[in-house]
Amino acid sequence: MRNVTVIARRELSSYFNSPIAYIVLVAFLLVAGWMFFGPFFLIGRAEMRSFFAPSLFSPSMLLVILLPALTMRLVAEERKAKTIELLTTTPVTDTEVILGKFAGAFGLVLAGFAATLVYVVTVRLLGPLDLGTVFAGYLGLTLFAGALLAVGLLASTLTDNQIIAFIIGLLVGGALYFIYWLQFLMPAFLAPLIEFVSVSSHLDNLARGVVDTRDVVYYLTLGGGSLFLATLSLSRQHA
Amino acid sequence: MTTTTQAMVEVTKLRKDFGSTRAVSDITFAVNRGEIVGFLGPNGAGKTTTMRMLTGFLRPTAGEARIGGIDVADDRLAAQRLIGYLPESAPLYDDMMVVDFLDYVGELRGLDRATLHARKREVCRRCGLMDVLGKDIGQLSKGYRQRVGLAQAILHDPALLILDEPTSGLDPNQIVEIRELIKDLGREKTVILSTHILPEVQATCGRIIIISDGKLVADDTPDALTERDVGAVINVILKTTDASRVQRLLAGLPGVRNVDLADGEGAGTVGLRVKASGTADPREAIFKAAVDNQLVLIAMSRERVSLEDTFRRLTRGEPVERMQQKSTSKEAAHA
Repeated sequence: MRNVTVIARRELSSYFNSPIAYIVLVAFLLVAGWMFFGPFFLIGRAEMRSFFAPSLFSPSMLLVILLPALTMRLVAEERKAKTIELLTTTPVTDTEVILGKFAGAFGLVLAGFAATLVYVVTVRLLGPLDLGTVFAGYLGLTLFAGALLAVGLLASTLTDNQIIAFIIGLLVGGALYFIYWLQFLMPAFLAPLIEFVSVSSHLDNLARGVVDTRDVVYYLTLGGGSLFLATLSLSRQHA
Repeated sequence: MTTTTQAMVEVTKLRKDFGSTRAVSDITFAVNRGEIVGFLGPNGAGKTTTMRMLTGFLRPTAGEARIGGIDVADDRLAAQRLIGYLPESAPLYDDMMVVDFLDYVGELRGLDRATLHARKREVCRRCGLMDVLGKDIGQLSKGYRQRVGLAQAILHDPALLILDEPTSGLDPNQIVEIRELIKDLGREKTVILSTHILPEVQATCGRIIIISDGKLVADDTPDALTERDVGAVINVILKTTDASRVQRLLAGLPGVRNVDLADGEGAGTVGLRVKASGTADPREAIFKAAVDNQLVLIAMSRERVSLEDTFRRLTRGEPVERMQQKSTSKEAAHA
């Protein structure tokens, strides 16, 4: 556990040592704010559902693109620079390495989410906002981001090329996200399956303010499974 | 320590296959506490792969490696705690400052704050890093990078140091510095270092292990390795014009395997390269033969075989009967 914290701290500070953290945070805050407040004033209701809910033009869609950019370097860069040899010959387990790297990226994302609390305050000042729904929305967005980070981290263990890691993460995340809107093009009997597989449908439920264990379990499974596979993939490299 | 054996490193029939390629083929050797062992071999011989198996970075296909009695495959983390490792070409985090990097490695090594602080001072002094502590590693010169790599390897005061080509890419001054540092460290620690620079091993190592093509071809002290070949060649210059007669004459002497003609010292002299068989020293016989045949012996010298020659012969697979016999009998003894 101690090692996880040590690795997470290094990953987090490494984000801030390079421009990535600033670019991703600023891009997220600006674009997500614009995506949210644009229609917000047109609708004229004090609610934040459109901030959390998946759509083709929403903060969560933005995350589908930005999160792989955060995770792409995590393992691929170490493989390229061969520092992975240094890291895995210190007495840390592969699980600790993966969890530490995940926690570092997750920490950055949570910091970004914390900054959006300003939007909550703004909306609250403008009208009667249901904080329970907002809480469910943040829970959904956090689980969603965590799962996609895990997928991106898995992609990063598969290659020593960061661009390829980014593209794999983007494709998998994008597929899981956009398949939700494609279900109408598919045969009807596939609809429940797509509903189950898509990251969007579960986010939609939470954004409505409904905290269903099935949705929570879905994200935990996707995230946990990806982290598990990432660990296997990492230990295979020094097999 | 789980056992009380003297051996810091015990490698038994260690093997590593990458697909259908056998990178390391049933290597067996042991390194005692306090030894400095040089790992020699041409590029691609399997030095790095062997070291990676010792440090737990690669899992062996077969065989076992024990560090301080601990099987690396069994308890990787416990074995790794005993090892300080400098991987090939000193991979480091370029975006970190030297001091942050040492902190990071120290924390991963489980050093507490006070110990880490004290050890950091100590290794920075020893490796000469005081001036660059606040610099980004990416800005450092090759020599400083190597020193940072060495510093992280000794940070937790390990009993065993494994250094993969610690002086590669350094200028001659830096090589001498690093070599001195390794010698200094070798006073208290067991050191295994790989290199393909031969003078380096002669200068620093008490023992040499040569591997070629994934196989162990020699394991001995530098002196013993070259001594075994000494006596092999004797250069003779005789005052005569009949080269073929003296060639036949010397070839018939006891202890001589064959005689080649070489350059003499101008007209009226003949130079010969006499190859001795085995460890025989035919110099006395040559002298007597010269006297008996009333030939004037102008010069006779034994060629000191350098480690380079031994190395070249061993790693090119040319026959060096005695040495190969030795290493095979050694392997048989372990089996």
